[in-house]
Amino acid sequence: MQTVFKRTPTLKDYPTHYCPGCGHGIAHRLVCEVIDELGIHGKTIGIAPVGCAVLAYDYFDVDMVEVAHGRAPAVATGMKRTNPDKIVFSYQGDGDLAAIGTAEIIHAAHRAEQLTVIFINNAVFGMTGGQMAPTTMLGQITATTPQGRQADGQGYPLNVSELLAVLPGAIYVERCGLCSPAHIRKAKAALKHAFELQINNAKGLSLVELLSPCPTYWRMTPPDSMLYIQNEMTKVFPLGKLKG
Amino acid sequence: MCGNEAMAEAAIQAGLDAYFGYPITPQNEVTAYMSQRMSEEKRVFVQSESELAAINMVFGAAATGKRTMTSSSSPGISLMQEGISYLAAAELPCVIVNVMRGGPGLGNIAPSQGDYFQSVKGGGHGDYHCIVFGPSSVQEFADIMPLAFDLADKYRIPAIILADGILGQMMEPVVIPTNSKLNTHKLKLPKKDWALTGADGRKQNIVRSLWLAEGAVEQHNYDLQAKYRQIEKNETRCEQSDVDDADIIIVAYGICARIARRAAQQAREQGIKVGCIRPITLWPFPSEQISKAADKSPIFLVVEMSCGQMVEDVRLAVAGKTPVVFWGRPGGGIPTVEKILEKIEQLTIKPKK
Repeated sequence: MQTVFKRTPTLKDYPTHYCPGCGHGIAHRLVCEVIDELGIHGKTIGIAPVGCAVLAYDYFDVDMVEVAHGRAPAVATGMKRTNPDKIVFSYQGDGDLAAIGTAEIIHAAHRAEQLTVIFINNAVFGMTGGQMAPTTMLGQITATTPQGRQADGQGYPLNVSELLAVLPGAIYVERCGLCSPAHIRKAKAALKHAFELQINNAKGLSLVELLSPCPTYWRMTPPDSMLYIQNEMTKVFPLGKLKG
Repeated sequence: MCGNEAMAEAAIQAGLDAYFGYPITPQNEVTAYMSQRMSEEKRVFVQSESELAAINMVFGAAATGKRTMTSSSSPGISLMQEGISYLAAAELPCVIVNVMRGGPGLGNIAPSQGDYFQSVKGGGHGDYHCIVFGPSSVQEFADIMPLAFDLADKYRIPAIILADGILGQMMEPVVIPTNSKLNTHKLKLPKKDWALTGADGRKQNIVRSLWLAEGAVEQHNYDLQAKYRQIEKNETRCEQSDVDDADIIIVAYGICARIARRAAQQAREQGIKVGCIRPITLWPFPSEQISKAADKSPIFLVVEMSCGQMVEDVRLAVAGKTPVVFWGRPGGGIPTVEKILEKIEQLTIKPKK
């Protein structure tokens, strides 16, 4: 029998703790495939956030650290500055990167740190029970916006990638969606480029934002979640290259 | 050299790989000095966007096995408490210097010892300790740096140097312990095989502080406590002078200890038998030494630049065997020899029968 698809070696054979239809599984696989294709497994250090992906080191078979909520870009700075020969990436959700860690990501980009940042935007705090994130859509019902998010009082969805793209220190910013096979292939190409920049010693930060389904807290089926990204989220968070 | 610069150079000589910091008075000489010297040495210096970021940069460098430090002053150290708790939990070695100023809040920029509780009792969340040193001269400020790095590495623990605005700013002649001299007392340090260096040809290393399995954090705490008991046993340091025949023993650390020592000498000249105990490590605290001294029933006088923090540990050590009296000044007030002497004289007045 011919093997046509198999688990990429950096993705550990580990029972998933993610909900059915969650985008983290896809994103994890893409990152691991990219690491293996680029041959950087032995010199990569990953940073797990606080959020649903806090246990990312159970899936990624590279050296990993788990850090305080939002502080990954600062930790990554400490790692990369002292280990310029290593490939350092942070994997952060929207609570981690767009709420509590806003200062850290902006200043890491501002200092042109040579890092690769994977930003999972599922418009909700998943681990704590589906509360509003800065990226929550207007009208979206969450545990802390039971009537749906209102701009008056709860603000507008925060487009962090657009904010970062204007900084000279951010050399590559692209938003992709984990919402169809074609989109997922594009996401992989973007992730690969983000890692390649660091491998090639490009002077600055690269970030790939992935619009990612959270069927549990969107109260949708997994297929509907994919369609929601394509039809609704992309209106607020347009896909494509913002920089680089 | 001022204390801040002496300590910075001593850290460089102790093999510091990376310094991360954010400006705050009265420790700005450190960041300025490091920005110049670390680039000369082709090592890492980053001025961070906040103390939150600085301590997490330290966390990152420490996780890869590098010698790293930050320095700040009281309000900045408060911001670092989250990171210090994570460093303690993940058992990452590093050095944190606190050049204390008046508090609470923004307080002032005058010297203080108001952060004793924060440093020795935890400060951040959870059951943890850092090794805490309280140097009392510019020379000791410098001498403690290599020891702090060595002990941090040996026990995989953050080490805090609790200095104050006087020590940071004061200029004194100082001999910086250099690389060659360090080798004479360098501990045999364990290999950092836990460090994140890339899983090339070995199993993945993980640095973490989250343990979700039932009982796992409880066990992690017991393991940390076992380590803390070892440190208490091996690393408690204090200086005792004229204690054996003393009717009054002053307990003071840092710059207060020097003022107290002078007061004790003057008291001796007046015929009052005064001794001094100066904790050099504030955690582990020299409880045993104080307890032993208390057996001869002297009166303990604790002098601090605070409203009385270390005095609680002295009382715990003395355990009611003999009276413990406190005198101190908070918020930038500096105790004088005369005032301490006055206090000593008061303690010699016999109560009327």
